[in-house]
Amino acid sequence: MIEQLMETQQPLVELGGVNVGFGGQSVLRQIDLKIPAGQTLCLLGESGCGKTVLMKTIIGLVQPQSGRVLFDGVNIDTLGEREISRMRLRFGFVFQNAALFDSMTIAQNVAFPLRQDGRFSNAQIRELVLSRLNQVGLPNNVVYKKPAELSGGMRKRVGLARALVMNPEVILYDEPTTGLDPIMTDIINQLIIRTRRKNPVTSIIVTHNMETARTVPDRVVMLYPVWRLEPGEPQIIYDGPPEGMDQCRDRRVRQFVRGEAGQRLMELVSDQPDAEW
Amino acid sequence: MEIREPGRPFPETGLTGFIAAWIAGWGRLAIEVFVAVGEFSLFVWRTMIWMVTRFPRAETLWPNFHQVGVASLPVVALTGTFIGMVLAVQSYFQFRQLGLETRLGGVINLTLLRELGPVLAATMLAGRVGSSMAAELGTMRVTEQIDALTAMGANPIRYLVVPRFLACFLLIPALTIMADFMGVAGGHFYSVIVLGIDMHHYWYNSAQFVTVFDLLVGLFKSFFFGSAISLISCYQGFNCTAGAEGVGRAATASFVYSFVAILVLDLFLGIALDSIYFTWYPEGTRTL
Repeated sequence: MIEQLMETQQPLVELGGVNVGFGGQSVLRQIDLKIPAGQTLCLLGESGCGKTVLMKTIIGLVQPQSGRVLFDGVNIDTLGEREISRMRLRFGFVFQNAALFDSMTIAQNVAFPLRQDGRFSNAQIRELVLSRLNQVGLPNNVVYKKPAELSGGMRKRVGLARALVMNPEVILYDEPTTGLDPIMTDIINQLIIRTRRKNPVTSIIVTHNMETARTVPDRVVMLYPVWRLEPGEPQIIYDGPPEGMDQCRDRRVRQFVRGEAGQRLMELVSDQPDAEW
Repeated sequence: MEIREPGRPFPETGLTGFIAAWIAGWGRLAIEVFVAVGEFSLFVWRTMIWMVTRFPRAETLWPNFHQVGVASLPVVALTGTFIGMVLAVQSYFQFRQLGLETRLGGVINLTLLRELGPVLAATMLAGRVGSSMAAELGTMRVTEQIDALTAMGANPIRYLVVPRFLACFLLIPALTIMADFMGVAGGHFYSVIVLGIDMHHYWYNSAQFVTVFDLLVGLFKSFFFGSAISLISCYQGFNCTAGAEGVGRAATASFVYSFVAILVLDLFLGIALDSIYFTWYPEGTRTL
């Protein structure tokens, strides 16, 4: 079904041969990815394999060393500073630790993209901010608080409200449920599903939570750290529906899905003879 | 920019190895300095471009103006007062031995307006304002707030750097005037009231030696000091490395580099302004 979708539609986001590295260390190697509009894609992979970097590359926060990133058919490398700013307003980014502005109140934080857009009156902004905060289950009295006064879970939800406030076409979730209790995790999962049901939004979710990976997306892409790969091996080790992960022929995919340490235990220094601390 | 780990075509041991490693070390340092200067220049260029193309909004300007200008007033006033008094204490005995204590007015006020007022006010502000800017922007970088700004279509240079630059560029000279004034008052207090120097001669000598040009020299320099402090501190904050250590390092580096920049600028601006002065007044107007 996914193949059919991809063939019939022009992808909304397209990465072609993207290479990204920092300080001589390669993080993303030859990434090819096409994401059609309306798809919910889950990016999986162990810590440090480049999932967040991939999301930041899509929105132009990280420059690829080579390769191209296309959004809606336009190479973002060719856009000027203003055009790329306008393009970014079509995205919503939920940051790992919410990344709320400390110096602003919750209301100012959520209103920020609306003010940046400049087309909304104060009354509209107030109404939208309150409705988005209620949508993520936050009471009206949080609006005057500063981010430091809220709990981690509440901050995450404010981050979500801020990303949703502009009704973006693409929402990038960077570990939206990490550090949350199981109930809150389920609430966030349901929120992502409901948002998609209400609007034909394209979502890319980076997560370590297998429950999220199994229930929320309609496509899963798994990355493997470049430094563990053989030369010439592709970095994407799985690309398919969430149901197929358990039966995947690649042992590394099954190992990740089941959360088995396996021979990685050998990497622990304490298991090796004559280890000195 | 990536600095490639060089291959090792030369022997690693012995004298040749040592010399090769020494040369490679200097080469690496040269490349790093070159890259840093280039990146800083681009940062300054982008700040200037954003400042002239789209002026920042008032709501981003006022908090920075308050933070730099109003909140720094007490500490700058205190610095100025003490510089004036310390100058009086230090020079009094030498001048008294020569019987020239009424000349103190000229010495104190001239030194204050030309050098110590601007330089020490700027140093104080590099510590108070510059470090806090670097730490604040560094924390924003580390906690992805700068990325969040960019992701929401705001340009971080326009939103964060330009208001801070304008606040320092416009208000550090204003604070320098304050430091100068308080220094003059402090010098007067210690010389005239504590040491009992005759007030009329103290001020007569001041009027003889200090010209408007001296005041303007100090103020002119403080515009450069303000620019240097804000640009260096914002650059350090923007390029902060991860963690509490990174933020701490950015704050320290911003002060150290700002201080060095203040001293270097002071020297070269001093030379340049002196040559202008002697072009305008070939005989000089002072006889001290």
